[in-house]
Amino acid sequence: MTVRDIRDILGARVACGEEFLDKEVHSACGSDMMSDVLAFLKEQAVLLTGLCNPQVVRTAEMMDIVCIVFVRGKKPDEAMIELAMEREIPLLCTGHRMFSACGMLYEKGIRGGATYSE
Amino acid sequence: MSDALKFTYEISGDDFTRAGEASGDAKRKLKQLGISPEAVRKVAIAMYEGEINMVIHADGGKIDVIITPEAITMILADKGPGIKDIEKAMQAGYSTAPDNIRALGFGAGMGLPNMKKYSDEMDIQTEIGVGTTVTMKVFI
Repeated sequence: MTVRDIRDILGARVACGEEFLDKEVHSACGSDMMSDVLAFLKEQAVLLTGLCNPQVVRTAEMMDIVCIVFVRGKKPDEAMIELAMEREIPLLCTGHRMFSACGMLYEKGIRGGATYSE
Repeated sequence: MSDALKFTYEISGDDFTRAGEASGDAKRKLKQLGISPEAVRKVAIAMYEGEINMVIHADGGKIDVIITPEAITMILADKGPGIKDIEKAMQAGYSTAPDNIRALGFGAGMGLPNMKKYSDEMDIQTEIGVGTTVTMKVFI
């Protein structure tokens, strides 16, 4: 799946990074807690979050996350867009809630990238 | 250690939105040096959590990143309040961060556990009222 596919599935608006829509995405995680995102490595992942501040972009940068989707209608500001463009991370925005957005991607075959174990 | 390379970062304590600038810079430099992507990512995440901690708890500090052919060593030194109970601080989910930090996506009590998880060696020296020095090593 590509970032473009994610945009289409979620009916998302591209806030920045149109030129990176062909990047491949292999897994996903959804969280508003950045420390929880940092706790689990993922490969070629998309991050879905309702948190909207520069630390989301920084977290994505450290984790080599391919793309960020802001859910629940959250909109990144200019500073975040600038940071994301420097790091070549496309930012998408959707009005869907977290659960629905994750479910829509799951339905199309995207997985969490880790199996659950106690 | 004649073949060691060192970067030093001063971390400002007053601007949470800028936390992570040093870790991002170190990540790009290590990548340029041709260090493996896995090692670079481990260093970036461990250092980022440490940098965030410094801003939240210690009003900033200083980070040295030392690169040798064997390992990348991060030394994070602050003059903050010190860690009262290291054992508790190492437990996933234990946090003393204020609510406003939680609203920013941190303070879930994962900082030190994540730092330990992504570094191959970690040492914490702390004294109440004096400060904390965390040394983390990632082998390459």
